[in-house]
Amino acid sequence: MIPSRKLALANLWVAIVAFTVASAMALMQALSRADLDLPWRSAKMYYLSVTAHGVLMALVFTTFFIMGLAYAFTERALDRPIEGPKFAWASFWVAIVGTLMVTAMVLAGKATVLYTFYPPLQAHSLFYIGLALLVIGSWGWCWVIIRTYLAWKRENPDARTPLPVHGILATIIVWLIATVGVAAEVVLLLIPWSLGLTQVIDPVLARMLFWWFGHPLVYFWLIPAYVVWYTVAPKVAGGKLFSDPLTRLVFVMFILLSSPVGLHHQMVDPGIAAGWKMFHTFNTMLILFPSLLTAFTVIASFEVAGRMKGAKGWFDWLEELPWSDPTFSSVALAMIIFAIGGFGGAINAAYGMNAMVHNTAWIQGHFHLTVGTATALTFMGAAYWLMPKLLGRDLELTLLARLQPYLWFMGMLLFSIANHMTGLKGMPRRVYQFDYGGSEIAQQWIAGTGISAVGGFFLFVSAAFFALVMLGTGLAGKKREQEPIEFAEPLEPPGGKARLLDKMGLWTGLAILLMLAAYALPLIQHLSLERFGARGFSPF
Amino acid sequence: MNVDLYEKFWMWAAAGIVVVFIASIGFTTFGQAIQPPSHIETIDPQTVRSDEEFGQPGVTINPDGSATVVVQAFLFAFLPTEIRVPRGRPVTFRMTSPDVIHGFQIVQTNGNTMVVPGYVSQFTISFDRAGEYLVVCNEYCGLGHHNMYARLIVEDVVAAAAGGER
Repeated sequence: MIPSRKLALANLWVAIVAFTVASAMALMQALSRADLDLPWRSAKMYYLSVTAHGVLMALVFTTFFIMGLAYAFTERALDRPIEGPKFAWASFWVAIVGTLMVTAMVLAGKATVLYTFYPPLQAHSLFYIGLALLVIGSWGWCWVIIRTYLAWKRENPDARTPLPVHGILATIIVWLIATVGVAAEVVLLLIPWSLGLTQVIDPVLARMLFWWFGHPLVYFWLIPAYVVWYTVAPKVAGGKLFSDPLTRLVFVMFILLSSPVGLHHQMVDPGIAAGWKMFHTFNTMLILFPSLLTAFTVIASFEVAGRMKGAKGWFDWLEELPWSDPTFSSVALAMIIFAIGGFGGAINAAYGMNAMVHNTAWIQGHFHLTVGTATALTFMGAAYWLMPKLLGRDLELTLLARLQPYLWFMGMLLFSIANHMTGLKGMPRRVYQFDYGGSEIAQQWIAGTGISAVGGFFLFVSAAFFALVMLGTGLAGKKREQEPIEFAEPLEPPGGKARLLDKMGLWTGLAILLMLAAYALPLIQHLSLERFGARGFSPF
Repeated sequence: MNVDLYEKFWMWAAAGIVVVFIASIGFTTFGQAIQPPSHIETIDPQTVRSDEEFGQPGVTINPDGSATVVVQAFLFAFLPTEIRVPRGRPVTFRMTSPDVIHGFQIVQTNGNTMVVPGYVSQFTISFDRAGEYLVVCNEYCGLGHHNMYARLIVEDVVAAAAGGER
């Protein structure tokens, strides 16, 4: 049924393994931050673990999961095999080799530079080369999906792009624009410098290129989650998608607005003029709009599901929803959490307020709501739905699967609210200890880090449940007839309306223009400064 | 494009939220002059330790009563380790790093900036409350990151003048 089934599964398994390893490291970090004196606890292990957790979660788990999801969805939604399966496998292996290089360097303690790897912290050159290979492998995946889409387009010149593919193409366009920045940073600056071919590096230029990549990266994580919310969740809930054209509008807005915003991560950087920071702040506020639309459309789709099952009152449709289905509950809980995370994000990006939270524990509280729940919990929910279909096996350990999303939700609320609060009280992020010479101010953070450790423990149990369910399903799930992958139907089919929203070439072109407007002048201004490079340091 | 009536209301409300957010940021920026530190000045990190200004970090009380604090942030400390400044007067911090990127965050205030080698960071702040503040490095800089801090003591002006030339 799905010719690239194995390809999709290979990518998804890599993601699941990376997620499991990274979750175990997270438990250690949460306990360490609560200042529990565990026997193997050391600063070296802590910072190594923070690096491994960040790289494995943010770069490996997400990228491989999205690649696997996209292969399965594209093939099913277009109802044709992917173009160039051999090339797709070759790309997969390139990404795997890169991932192994990166992971080996991190675990060997030669790359404790965190997932943001800001120079002049200098990792082993294989760390940067591995990152480059991971990105090159993902470009191969982009090419396969785009070729498949174009071939389908030639075969079906008048058909509307199926909604899941529309979202996946948006994901790919955002990823391609984003990775130009990180590729330039890694290939032009970091690799030659780590090999000793160049002596010095400009840290602000490297940060500008990193955040050119780093913010659209979060939409690369989020858009596939939205694809699941729009095209899978309404079906799982037993209903229909409320509005097809508005869904397409949301994806198009993400193509346009995901990228010209990176400077909001550098609000308190020297060497960048305030005016550009403000420009990126305003662009960032505009991205709230598509997410607010999403909240309406997806919740309305759930209401449609409840009403199709006979609900009549104002709120009784909520009771009709399948709260014990782990795919549905994952998505619903992820949405609730994302609402909180979204408003927190508006605070982070808010020009003047940023200084209150920049690099404090608030930030890790924030992104564990967004990527750590809106994306990760949705992906786990999607795995409960997709893996049995791809494997042709029943989901095993269903009780654990049913509990898992609620545990995650509860653990994340504890973890995240505690981190937001300690952050507002000034606790910096990513610190092994916070004694600060017996500072009384730092004492105020202890309650918060304790609560966050309890949350971290729940999260770890939840992650372990997920890993067990996946392992059990893969090894021991009862074999069954392969069940088709079916997406939610819209209430009204798109017909010929709003075809403009399918013109991906046009939106890509406009996105590139916006990117030029946001970055060309700041980069030119920056390069014209009298700049002195910095030498590399590896204090780890 | 057919848009449901309720969804139209919601879209207007969502657009309204975005407009309110942008307007409030505009108000704090242009009405209250709240700006993130965005100083543009470069320096050779190799010469920071022998630099006329950053080689001798410390506090200077200016003739108008304001203070200038020059800070060197390095692996894994701030110099000076104890900073004394007057209460209620503008205090301008100028800082740089001879090695990697650090953060300079005056805990529970909005004094917060990155300290990047090759660049001079600068911001001006005034403290309404006398007493001791904690300054921490909030950007991971290596295995001693969590030991990197300084004490900031805000004094009433009379006391600061008495001990001003320390």
